[in-house]
Amino acid sequence: MARAATKKLKKKTDWPVDVFRVLKDADVRQVAYVPDAGHTELINLCIADNAVRSVPLTAEQEGVAVLTGAWLGGEAGALLMQSSGVGNVINMLGMANECRIPLLILVTMRGDWGEFNPWQVPMGQATEKALVAAGVIVHRVDDTDRIAETVESAARLAFDAGRMVAVLIGQRVVGVKDWTK
Amino acid sequence: MPAKTKITLDRRKVVARILRDRGDALLVTGLGAPTWDAAAVGDHANNFYLWGGMGGAMMTGLGLALAQPGRRVLVITGDGEMLMGLGGLATVAVQKPANLGICIMDNQRYGETGMQDTHTEFGVDLPAMGRGAGIAETAMVYTSKELDGAIAQLYDARGPVFVNVKVVPKVQPMILPFRDGPSIKHRFRDAVLGET
Repeated sequence: MARAATKKLKKKTDWPVDVFRVLKDADVRQVAYVPDAGHTELINLCIADNAVRSVPLTAEQEGVAVLTGAWLGGEAGALLMQSSGVGNVINMLGMANECRIPLLILVTMRGDWGEFNPWQVPMGQATEKALVAAGVIVHRVDDTDRIAETVESAARLAFDAGRMVAVLIGQRVVGVKDWTK
Repeated sequence: MPAKTKITLDRRKVVARILRDRGDALLVTGLGAPTWDAAAVGDHANNFYLWGGMGGAMMTGLGLALAQPGRRVLVITGDGEMLMGLGGLATVAVQKPANLGICIMDNQRYGETGMQDTHTEFGVDLPAMGRGAGIAETAMVYTSKELDGAIAQLYDARGPVFVNVKVVPKVQPMILPFRDGPSIKHRFRDAVLGET
């Protein structure tokens, strides 16, 4: 992405820019995602970067398999999703778990801080437990200033220590969905 | 629904015929019979066998094809496995991996669980779904002659290629490759990358 554009996007609380830089530093080449409002900016940064393959998915479990294939072919990847998508990936995580495929999963939370939609609450509240039950190491972050360093630590655990790691980015950070918009 | 056509092809012979021409192609097999079929042909360091992850074979092939654009990547899986990951057809069509060939061994049965009918038994047409998603290069195969043409597509046509081979629903002897996930992964990465 052009430097000018990056600079323009960079604000004090603009954590997606910092997270994108962490992904670049980790040599992430494939970013698979089901969109979430909280990931919008990060997804746009990935799409704009020719060295990163953006892979929009129809469902989150596809991404676990895509990143397994990517790793088999020598590329690191990241999987972006909303917390509701965590429910979709559980069985497929078994493949990555058994084969010790490094997985870096960035989850923006719903059904969390200040949620207005009751239908989001069950999966949101089950997200961390479900991931842990499936063998994923979970880092939760609710402080904007700590997101990038948390993703950096997760990337090291994933790619250097060969683990499945999810960073849960709290609704307190990504913002509560405005029902009136 | 298409008219019923007699199914005569033997899956083991079909997979052996396909893999005869593999050259340096990389192979991902879907869980169950396709993995046993590949093992029956002979173990190979360029094989990645899925023993689980149902619905994930084609997408594993996609990630691999994107990471290794200079290599042909072949996915051989079953109709039941494919049916569990149909959304992936849309994802593959959008990515347009020129080096990816997908081949479904369609016996119209869930072979590992007691040969129950899958949806293809009732006429669900997987290549038509692929075309609907935007995969231009597809084939439905019933005969040896059609298979020859489809194999050329799988290896040489601009991907993504999606081939569906109708095979008789006969239970075959189970030929099991090794199954330790890290070992399969390390061997495959060794073969592809020259290191792990």
